[in-house]
Amino acid sequence: MSELKDHAALAENFNADELRVNWHDETLWFIRQKRDRSAHAIPDWELLRETASQIKHNVLSNLSEYLEQFEANAKANGVIVHWAVDAREHNQIVHGILKKHGVKEMVKSKSMLTEECHLNDYLAENGIEVIDSDLGERIVQLAKEPPSHIVLPSIHKKKEEVGELFHKHLGTAPGVSDPQVLTETARQHLREKFLTRRAALTGVNFAIAETGEFVVCTNEGNADMGAHLADVHIASMGIEKLIPQRKHLGVFLRLLARSATGQPITTYSSHFKKPRKGHEMHLVLVDNGRSIHLGREDFRNSLKCIRCGACMNTCPVYRRSGGHSYHNAVAGPIGAILAPNFDMKKAADLPFASTLCGSCSNVCPVKIDIHNQLYKWRQVIVQEGYADSKKTLGMKAMTQTFASPATFRLAGKAGRWFMRNVPLAVSNKLNPWYKQREMPVPPKESFGEWYRKNRK
Amino acid sequence: MSSREQILASVAKNQPIPVALPEIPIFSSEKSDLVEKFTTVAVGIGSKVFRVNSLKEAKQILLKEHKASKRIISTFPQFSDVAEVSIVPSTDPHTMEDVDLAILEAHLGVAENSALWVTEELLPMRVTPFICQHLALVVSPKAILPLMHHAYEQIGMKDYGFGVFIAGPSKTADIEQSLVLGAHGPRTLTIFLLEEQ
Repeated sequence: MSELKDHAALAENFNADELRVNWHDETLWFIRQKRDRSAHAIPDWELLRETASQIKHNVLSNLSEYLEQFEANAKANGVIVHWAVDAREHNQIVHGILKKHGVKEMVKSKSMLTEECHLNDYLAENGIEVIDSDLGERIVQLAKEPPSHIVLPSIHKKKEEVGELFHKHLGTAPGVSDPQVLTETARQHLREKFLTRRAALTGVNFAIAETGEFVVCTNEGNADMGAHLADVHIASMGIEKLIPQRKHLGVFLRLLARSATGQPITTYSSHFKKPRKGHEMHLVLVDNGRSIHLGREDFRNSLKCIRCGACMNTCPVYRRSGGHSYHNAVAGPIGAILAPNFDMKKAADLPFASTLCGSCSNVCPVKIDIHNQLYKWRQVIVQEGYADSKKTLGMKAMTQTFASPATFRLAGKAGRWFMRNVPLAVSNKLNPWYKQREMPVPPKESFGEWYRKNRK
Repeated sequence: MSSREQILASVAKNQPIPVALPEIPIFSSEKSDLVEKFTTVAVGIGSKVFRVNSLKEAKQILLKEHKASKRIISTFPQFSDVAEVSIVPSTDPHTMEDVDLAILEAHLGVAENSALWVTEELLPMRVTPFICQHLALVVSPKAILPLMHHAYEQIGMKDYGFGVFIAGPSKTADIEQSLVLGAHGPRTLTIFLLEEQ
């Protein structure tokens, strides 16, 4: 089972194909560069980030009030509001709505929350088929895999692999891998689903306390095709997705797509306020650990996240280990600081899957101190006894070595001697630092030795 | 205790001391011509933009660009000779599936990202601008605003059931980051900047 493997072990699988890793790395870096060009074109980008950050701080510090305000306004708009303490209750609520309407098939647009709740599996067990309608999500669904990126779910797949999946499931000719042809095939296949499904589920990018409306952003138009054709629209959102006022959308919509893909805005920013006449619009507010997370002073800032994925695209570890190595619905740096809150034991490895370079914090549109939180989680995880025992032993040995100058000098000398004279003692498969790396040639003397000789 | 009460109590207990809501600062906007900026951005993301003096002119362009269109719908009575112009809102949205071209109006446009704001009152039904194969939106060049903040200032607290910013044709890059126009929604977007007479 993949759940039993940690990030390092899963990354090792991913790293087996070096050319593929390079391709993955370059593709994501290309998106990071697009983000840079887009951000740099805005003269007061930093002021925009700061404003967004401050609005989100206000939201988190008044969340209970905003939730009540949002609920009252949404209800007044004719929206049916539900509250779910955890994933299980969320899934039950969705299932209940579908059962009431006798719905056996549903279309769904992108919602990382439903990935977090494993909604598709739950509904499948209850005899309800879910079709993911975002192209990337449909691809991974056909491949029976989870998304590997929150904005680009199938970023790890080569077009030839997509071609094979479409040949097997959607009847394209064998060997077809042209993205244009494959996308057209998916368009025809999913159009039939949109036209025949009576229920549609969407995620929520922003919910506005002041008006009770919610905004869904897509490039494909899949959320709208689903919601406007179905009798029942269900929107699922984490309670942290609230913003106080409609005008604040001006700030967040300027940041979201530029940070995510470098686009000036997504093709569609749909504002859902009232249900269509004679139809139902449901909104499920999900906690699932968020309110507890809010109480952790060092980590609550991560609830400001607007799910742009910029931290993943820039992360040297994510780019070279792939989203699936994080064994969590949200991968990358942001996933690594969100996951330990929900299950510290299961996510104990994730905050260590980082070089702490800080690039994630620098690109974050709402200024989450991601790399600081990665560092702080490591300390909590060790203190709570969830750290890898090898790591703890290594750290103890290192502490002793660094604490005594004599031991430190001796260890350095021994290390240099071994690397020069018996390189195999270090450069072997048992040493994880040697994997995918070429070790440098060790110097004859340490800096300390050189300094003592040359100071006069 | 209901789930609602449980969540609200837990949030209230754990939320930090109130932090004030910041004022939205005045952000710097392009000094260049707004219509020019809007057009450059729109073309950059795959839209076509035409400055026209009349709907008649727009019609000529559309009929040339979309010769093969069989079913056209519009909210402009001026298009009644080529389009269905009086679709009642109670129509089943599924009957829109074979619409080739929809010609609709937008309230305003935003220069920085070429997004056009459309609300339900300007739509025969909500699904129209998504289900049609090709979309044309008409907007006054005077209604092009510099930034999103200006757009929301104008929108204010107006009531609507559904509203959407549309920027370009529907698209995806989910297969190896290759951009493909025409994902689930319109394959093309034509924007007419209609000078008021």
